[in-house]
Amino acid sequence: MNWFTKTFSSTIGRKIVMSITGLFLCSFLVVHLLGNLQLFKDDGGAAFNIYSDFMAHNGIIRFMEIILVLGFLFHIYDAIVLTRRNKAARPIDYAEQRPQENSTWSSRNMGLLGTVILVFLIIHLWNFFVPARFGGLEGVVIEDVEYENLYLRVMESFNVWWYVAIYVISMVALAYHLIHGFQSAFQTLGLDHKKYTPFIQGFGYFFSVVVCLAFAAIPLYFFFFK
Amino acid sequence: MAGSNPNAKPMDLTLKVWRQKDRNTPGQLVTYPVKGVSPDMSFLEMLDVLNEDLLLKGEEPVAFDHDCREGICGMCSLFINGRAHGPERGTTTCQLHMRHFNHGDTITIEPWRAAAFPVHKDLVVDRSALDRIQQAGGYISVNTGGVPDANEIPIPKTIADKAFDAATCIQCGACVAACKNASAMLFVSAKVSQLALLPQGKTERKTRVENMVAQMDIEGFGACTNTGACAAECPVGISLENINMLRREFIAAKATSENV
Repeated sequence: MNWFTKTFSSTIGRKIVMSITGLFLCSFLVVHLLGNLQLFKDDGGAAFNIYSDFMAHNGIIRFMEIILVLGFLFHIYDAIVLTRRNKAARPIDYAEQRPQENSTWSSRNMGLLGTVILVFLIIHLWNFFVPARFGGLEGVVIEDVEYENLYLRVMESFNVWWYVAIYVISMVALAYHLIHGFQSAFQTLGLDHKKYTPFIQGFGYFFSVVVCLAFAAIPLYFFFFK
Repeated sequence: MAGSNPNAKPMDLTLKVWRQKDRNTPGQLVTYPVKGVSPDMSFLEMLDVLNEDLLLKGEEPVAFDHDCREGICGMCSLFINGRAHGPERGTTTCQLHMRHFNHGDTITIEPWRAAAFPVHKDLVVDRSALDRIQQAGGYISVNTGGVPDANEIPIPKTIADKAFDAATCIQCGACVAACKNASAMLFVSAKVSQLALLPQGKTERKTRVENMVAQMDIEGFGACTNTGACAAECPVGISLENINMLRREFIAAKATSENV
């Protein structure tokens, strides 16, 4: 192995990859949320459908889509490698443990929370991304131009109570994943300082709760008001 | 006993102790009653009482690590009721007193659990993995010659304090024991920070962190999830800041060292 592969296959190196991809995925959440806020617009989905058409066909977005997929893949791959290593580091577990005395629940269950998010992601992509990107939606005419009606798919999906429940539960899991992950990512990069760390921790908490609440509000809004 | 509390009543306890013959024989928790334990005893003295009982009965005494019994050597270990060095914060097992337990309590005592810390016998584990990490880079090169003057190299007080705080690590392994991943990051970070902060440690700075982290991985310790359990259970209060410094040292070394 050369120095580069040695670096990124070390435990610290893999965590650096987890950290950078994790923060990148956080930035994706912001973009995704801002776009989806158009679902709250009372225009029969016109703005949202035009926006989703743009997202499906714009060259820069298509390029970023590849980066995003790579971000997910590296994050998930290194999570699996590290989790397997961490399990192997303690082959015989303690008969009695009181971890609640020294650490938070979310910090100890990032793998479990991540798995819930992954299952959600597969369901979510299958229902919305795959038909929007590869076809399978009904058409709709907005100002004499034909668009695919992703808004209709959103409305139909979020009128099913268990589908809404999956979304809300997944957003709770995502919130806990981010509450630990956001500030942890900065620590993993060695970025801590008396002046800035309290802000990073506070902002991370705020970010996690607000972003996940806003995402969870979408299915709830459609279920109760549309 | 000098300084003992005359009102303290002796306690009867039930111990569940990990017994294991040797490295290759599977072990199990064995239950022992211990009667008349003084609240003024240290946890290790309580185990001494148990062992005297066992010897009188002709049974094998429980093997456990201990040396100075003053909280400074790092030899004592023990995972007590689900916590490294027991329920009190900032203390080693030898400095844990039985007054923190109650009459009638059941206390579970297990060895440190980590693939890198194989059990020798009962509660004694082999912690030489930490020695090997230290040998990989936890030193400085000093040329022989005349003794330098103590104040020849100016070191700011704040830096000296940070280095000293890191240097208080007693290498007990509680960080590894408490971590859900059995990670040795707090230990390695204390050793790396201590030397990286001081002028004397600058010579081997980059190679040190690279080699010590590589050895840490070779020994089979887990990765760090930033749960903070290690620092919370550390008997001498090594701070998580050291782990972040270790990462900065690691990133800087990997990016700029001549080791390819």
